[in-house]
Amino acid sequence: MKRAPSGPVLGDDLGPRARRMVNVVSAVVLVILAALLWTAIQRLRSNGQLTADKWRWFTNVKVQRFVLVGLLDTVKVAVVAMALSLTVGALLALGRIAPQRPVRLVATVVIEFFRAMPLLLLILFIGLTFPTHHLPLGAFWYLVIGLTAYNGAVLGEVFRAGIASLDRGQTEAAQALGLRWWQTMRLVVVPQALRRMVPAIVSQLVTLLKDTSLGFVLPYEELLRRGRELGQDFTLHQPALQALIEVAVLYALVNFTLSRVAHRLELHQRRSGRGSAPAVTGALEMAALDARSAASAVSGTGVT
Amino acid sequence: MNAVLSHLGDYAHGMETTVVLTLVSYLGAFAIGLAVASCRVSPVPPLRAIGTLYIDVVRNVPLLVQFFIFFFGLTKVGIRFSPFTTSIIVLSMYHGAFVGEVVRAGVNTVDKGQIDAARALGFTFPAVLLLLVLPQAVRSVVQPLGNVFIALIKNSSVAYTISVVELTGTADRLNSELARAIAVFTGAAIGYLVLALASAFVLRQMEKRLAMVR
Repeated sequence: MKRAPSGPVLGDDLGPRARRMVNVVSAVVLVILAALLWTAIQRLRSNGQLTADKWRWFTNVKVQRFVLVGLLDTVKVAVVAMALSLTVGALLALGRIAPQRPVRLVATVVIEFFRAMPLLLLILFIGLTFPTHHLPLGAFWYLVIGLTAYNGAVLGEVFRAGIASLDRGQTEAAQALGLRWWQTMRLVVVPQALRRMVPAIVSQLVTLLKDTSLGFVLPYEELLRRGRELGQDFTLHQPALQALIEVAVLYALVNFTLSRVAHRLELHQRRSGRGSAPAVTGALEMAALDARSAASAVSGTGVT
Repeated sequence: MNAVLSHLGDYAHGMETTVVLTLVSYLGAFAIGLAVASCRVSPVPPLRAIGTLYIDVVRNVPLLVQFFIFFFGLTKVGIRFSPFTTSIIVLSMYHGAFVGEVVRAGVNTVDKGQIDAARALGFTFPAVLLLLVLPQAVRSVVQPLGNVFIALIKNSSVAYTISVVELTGTADRLNSELARAIAVFTGAAIGYLVLALASAFVLRQMEKRLAMVR
């Protein structure tokens, strides 16, 4: 992890011959890339995808406002679902480590069930059954409920793994000092565990944001659906490909921003000297957390 | 529950499609992941840039958007695959980025002294990578690679949106035929649970055999 991003990544500095080799390979790769790019452009042009008609909507204020409202609705549903998922996740994690056995059992079943379900299946199910069972909440809430059920369970597992990764001595010391279970959690365990889990939590939140696009099937009028509607618009010459590219770029931008903010937060925390606990930075470390706490049957880290 | 029991054949068929999608895509994702991870640790700057760009772009764009770009977007430039083929390509590419990240993390666990030793013995960079680094890297990240597999089972459901009739598609189709959403979707949920638990079991066995703990 600490290797310099430039220069040889594996092994020592390269010698003169290896360096020549690297230059040759670099040149070849660049030539191949240029050829690919050229082919792609030719392909786009010969299929009429580069004509002005297909791109004029891009500078149309009305059209862009239409797209941005979609983005706003995506962010709106994501923020609400994030807040609820974090809450549900915290409750489920507490349930899993609660001293009462029935509570533990229920929390475990809920977590394992929802983590094993494809989110798309949950969303379809909610969208089909809620309106016919006197719960006509609307697409926004169907999507929020689906996202919360799935991500709440995943985050619950992340929280549990983070708490379990803490040294037992911490809990024992707190109890020896006479703290109650709840005080031990609130004052000793949770603050330390939380700091370790920040990267895993953020990657799950990025996943949540991406998954809001599944609201397409409800249908919830979010960024992707608006992009598709725009792409099928006859008056704009049906810029399907172009609209999807803009949608992809917007999603990527929002996710980059989210990751960047989280990264800042982490650095800030470390600089202010409170981040002495090693952070859980990626899949590997999450796996280590999992392993240390007797991994449960079904685990997924940030991929769905 | 009769609705489910009288259509067990449909479910079996849907599950089969889900399993085939998952297995084939995982092979593709694994190949792409190894290639991307190799690019990211190679001494050739353009290859490193390509690896980083690939991972950053693919991981930050929703899977469904990638499905639509490949299915509805590429037809516009005359590239057209069947829904099933599209699903395999997109699922492979998407999870390839995650496999790439996992393998790269594994590469970092390989002792630098070994690499230096191999270089000193005259092994070229590709040889070091293929013979020494990647085998060890993969074996040190068996569990996260398993997590990608389980995620892939779930994500294969997105193929439903381009009309591949896998397990989720089966449930949706049966529901429009029978109008019994709760029973029909419970059937699909059980199917996914079985798949998840079965693969978790197999993965744990593989982990016991393959995993290297450092």
